[in-house]
Amino acid sequence: MAQDIEVTIVDRAGHSHTVKAPTDMNMNLMELVRSYELAPEGTIGICGGMAMCASCQCYVTSPHDLNPMSEEEEAMLSEAFYVQDNSRLGCQLPITAVMEGLEVTLAPEE
Amino acid sequence: MIKTDILIIGAGPTGLFAVFEAGLLQLKCHIIDALPMPGGQLSELYPKKPIYDIPGFPEVLAGDLVNNLMEQIKPFSPGFTLGERAEKIEKQSDGSFIVTTDKGTAHHTKVVAIAGGLGSFEPKKPPIEGIESWEDKGVSYMIKDPEVYRNKKVLIAGGGDSALDWTIFLADVASEVTLVHRRSEFRGALDSVEKVQALKNSAKINLITPAEVIGLAGDTQLNKAFIQKAGEEAPIELSVDAFIPLFGLSPKLGPIGAWGLEIEKNAIVVDNTLDYMTNIPGVYAIGDVNTYPGKLKLILCGFHEATLMCQSAYGRIFPDKRYVMKYTTVGGVTGFDGTKKEAPKAVVKKIE
Repeated sequence: MAQDIEVTIVDRAGHSHTVKAPTDMNMNLMELVRSYELAPEGTIGICGGMAMCASCQCYVTSPHDLNPMSEEEEAMLSEAFYVQDNSRLGCQLPITAVMEGLEVTLAPEE
Repeated sequence: MIKTDILIIGAGPTGLFAVFEAGLLQLKCHIIDALPMPGGQLSELYPKKPIYDIPGFPEVLAGDLVNNLMEQIKPFSPGFTLGERAEKIEKQSDGSFIVTTDKGTAHHTKVVAIAGGLGSFEPKKPPIEGIESWEDKGVSYMIKDPEVYRNKKVLIAGGGDSALDWTIFLADVASEVTLVHRRSEFRGALDSVEKVQALKNSAKINLITPAEVIGLAGDTQLNKAFIQKAGEEAPIELSVDAFIPLFGLSPKLGPIGAWGLEIEKNAIVVDNTLDYMTNIPGVYAIGDVNTYPGKLKLILCGFHEATLMCQSAYGRIFPDKRYVMKYTTVGGVTGFDGTKKEAPKAVVKKIE
C-alpha cells in the first residue's frame, strides 16, 4: 500500500486542517475535503466532480507543480466567482505523491 | 386545483421512477419541478455524460436514462407542473396536503414525496456590491420576456451558451447589446460562437473581453455599469438600462427548508430505511435529498427508496385494503391510459 501524504486545507471559516490523504484510492482534492467533512455536504462537489460547477474551487497557496488545467476546468473557472490566479477546481486535482505538503484554501461559497 | 394521490417534488430519476412504482399500486402521481424539463441534474448538468452503475446498463448517457424513464412511466400518465418551484405546504384536517408553487399553482394530494435532489436550480448571482438592490430595477438573472428589452441598452455577462444565445437574440431586439466575459474564449455551441463573432464584426454588438462587471449605479432604475478590462487601470463606464448576468444555475434547498422538516447537512433527515418518511407524517423524502445513517447519493439507491416509499404510501392511503406485491413479469403493467403490457404466455402443445 502506498504511503499517505499530508495536505493542509484552510476551510471557509479560516480554520486550517492538516490531514492525511491516500494516493492509491483514486481520490481527488474535492473528495478529500468531503471525506474529512471540511465543508458542509451540499456546498462542495455539487456536480459530483465533473468540472461542471465551481463549488470545489480552492486557492493553491504552496508552490507545488500540479497537473495542468484541462479546457473544461479553465472554462468553468472563467464563469466562477471569486477567482484568483491560483484558483483550481479541487475535483480536477487527483491526489498524487507530488502533493506532499500541499496547501490550499477553499474559495467562498457562490 | 390539481388532485393526485402522490405529489412528487422533483423530476429527477428518483422522482420519475416513483411514478412507475406508484402506478403498479394503482396510485396516481403528479410531479413539480423548478426546471422547465424533466430529468433534474441529469438534464441540467450532464445530459451527455455516461453513467456506469445503473443495474443492467453497462453504460447509459444521463439524457438517455431520463428518456427511458419517461417512456417507462408513460402508461401511468403522470401530471407535470414544470418551471415552477414548490413553495408552500398546508396540512388539511383530513391528513391530506395542499402544495402551492411560486406561480400559485395549487396541488391537493394525499401524500407528498420530496425527491428534490440537491434542491431547485436557481441562477447564480455574481458577487457585485449592491447587486441585490438593483434586482427588478434593471438587473435580472434570467430572461422571461425578451420584449421588455426592446430598444433598451442591455449588458450581458457570462461565457456559456445562455450568454451567447441571448446576445444573439437580443441583438435584434435591444437598441444596444454589450457582452462581457472574463476570457476571450467562450464555451458554447460552435454555431453560436460564430454568430456572436459575426455580430461583433458587423458592430451589431459590443464585446468586451477579458473583462468583468465590477459595479452598478443608477437612481430609481439602473443606468450605469462599471466594467474592468484586464490590464487596464480605470474601469469603463457604460450607460445601460438592463444588466443580465448569466453564470449558470446552482441547486438550493430553497423553501422546502422552511417546511418544518428536520434538516441536517443540507438534506432532509428520514432516520429510517423502512419507508423514508420525514418527521411530518405523510411527507416522504427520497433520493439525494434525504439523509440517514449509511446514506449513499446514488441513482440506484434512489430507485430503491422510491419503491419502499410507494409501499408505505399505499398503506397510508388505503389502510384497510389487502395488498400483495406482484412481480411485473407475473402481473404485467396495466397503465392508466388503457395500455397493458404482459409476458407472453408459454405455449403448451403436445408433440406427437
